Amino acid sequence: MALLSFERKYRVRGGTLIGGDLFDFWIGPFYVGFFGVTTIFFATLGTALILYGAAIGPTWNPWLINIAPPDISYGLALAPLREGGLWQIITICALGAFGSWALREVEICRKLGMGYHVPAAFGMAIFAYFSLEVIRPVLMGAWGWGFPYGIFSHLDWVSNTGYQYLHFHYNPAHMLAVSFFFTTALALGMHGALVLSAVNPAPGGDVKSPEYEDTFFRDLIGYSVGTLGIHRLGLLLAVNAVFWSAVCIIISGPVWSRGWPEWWTWWLNLPIWR
Amino acid sequence: MAYQNIFTQIQLRGEYEPGVPLDSNSDPRFGPFGYTYLMGKLGGTQLGPVYLGKLGLASLICGTLAFCIIGLNFWAQVNWDPIQFVRQLFWLSLEPPPAKYGLKVLPPLHEGGWWLITGFFLTASILLWWARTYVRARALGMGTHIAWAFASAIWLYLVLGFIRPLAMGSWSEAVPFGIFPHLDWTAAFSIRYGNLFYNPFHALSIAFLYGSALLFAMHGATILAVGRYGGEREIEQITDRGTASERAALFWRWTMGFNATMESIHRWAWWFSVLTTLTGGIGILLTGTVVDNWYLWAVEHHFALEYPATGVVDPATLPGAPQ
Repeated sequence: MALLSFERKYRVRGGTLIGGDLFDFWIGPFYVGFFGVTTIFFATLGTALILYGAAIGPTWNPWLINIAPPDISYGLALAPLREGGLWQIITICALGAFGSWALREVEICRKLGMGYHVPAAFGMAIFAYFSLEVIRPVLMGAWGWGFPYGIFSHLDWVSNTGYQYLHFHYNPAHMLAVSFFFTTALALGMHGALVLSAVNPAPGGDVKSPEYEDTFFRDLIGYSVGTLGIHRLGLLLAVNAVFWSAVCIIISGPVWSRGWPEWWTWWLNLPIWR
Repeated sequence: MAYQNIFTQIQLRGEYEPGVPLDSNSDPRFGPFGYTYLMGKLGGTQLGPVYLGKLGLASLICGTLAFCIIGLNFWAQVNWDPIQFVRQLFWLSLEPPPAKYGLKVLPPLHEGGWWLITGFFLTASILLWWARTYVRARALGMGTHIAWAFASAIWLYLVLGFIRPLAMGSWSEAVPFGIFPHLDWTAAFSIRYGNLFYNPFHALSIAFLYGSALLFAMHGATILAVGRYGGEREIEQITDRGTASERAALFWRWTMGFNATMESIHRWAWWFSVLTTLTGGIGILLTGTVVDNWYLWAVEHHFALEYPATGVVDPATLPGAPQ
């Protein structure tokens, strides 16, 4: 039954947020729970609608399948299924599935006596998706501003949206987001490598203690954030990358509708230069 | 709600940790220098001791030279006006040599000569720092995983500033030094080669970059969530699995049907960050050398739609157009 050797003693009832022991069981390695059922509902419906959208569309090429939001002329109204209505229902399903997944994580945290860091961090990712597909389109007055569902069609959307603001790299929040993404990858590489280098030491050597990890980084750059600190730092960097990504797209249009390079003229025109 | 492990509430100030002793033929360490309150909210508070050594000293000298050459070039460009230097700092640029010089080793200083000298010292600084990561790990009897991960980042750096310009036959292909100018270079590069989003290695690199953020959020959050069971003592958990590892593993197993182990999550982490720059470097190296227009390449390989012809002739295709 796909149980790890130590798993049985952890599989206990309780900790659910809703539904009592109604769905309080496992299928194979998966915990179900009330929110597992709602996740399956939303994910199945959304996937089926994507397949339906593909079936009535021009291609089955997986790179090119595209389910677009309604035309701008529909504003914030509901659109017919074939003209963006599918996109609207799929978006609702996605948000339902993501939210259910987060709440299911909360229930699993409670069962295992863990903190809520994982669902909280996942909440930031949901917020970024919500910003792209709901907050910004609502602020701009039409669902048509959301991005389409498709592998290359969503890249085209990113490209086109970027050029609508002339040069998106000049968006200050985008700058922060990219910097946080790069720093997160750097910190992840350093953390993974440091732990591996301690437990996979030079040939013939013993596994090294955290004191060696601290010494390595103090020798190298004069500071070691430590075994607990690196996990706080990594989480903080990753969550910031996602948060500033959400900010950079929300402000593009609702706050600033011209080219982003032009935004920087405030700096060139500060009174202190005179 | 139970206690959530987020910040350190009470910071300890005791004796400094001297670290693992150096062997007899090492250079000296400097410090410790004191404490940092702000980083202490997250983790370690102690600053230093730092091992400078010959490699570190040489790397810092080369890096400082590169930094100062860039700064002095910027300053000269605003006629040595300190106020304009600050005002225009983000716009100022140290450009590589113009295309007419090809791969000439030292064109005139004001026409890319300084750019080449800066590149030389910056590269020397980075390679010396790489050697430092290798030597310090070995001096402590540790594995050299940091050095090899760093090598992957250096690969991308060398492709952008050295290997691809060599392959294209001109230093002018390389990235300028400057805040906005390097962003302009990036945008122009993408447009020139038909939108880098259609470059599959660019797509892989971004997937690994986002994947790195996802992994660190998942891993960092998981370890903090089992902090009350000592989850951050990862080496101990790897060699002698405890309840922190078991709960962390079961959390993901129950959530998504699959779990890493306390050691393997760090292998996932290492590979995701290493592959970000490894695939990125491949994507840049192929651009302009092997593939001239990623959009047309994508149309040819059936993952982009062909747009109907507009009747506009691309001037670059006319006879007599500069090649």
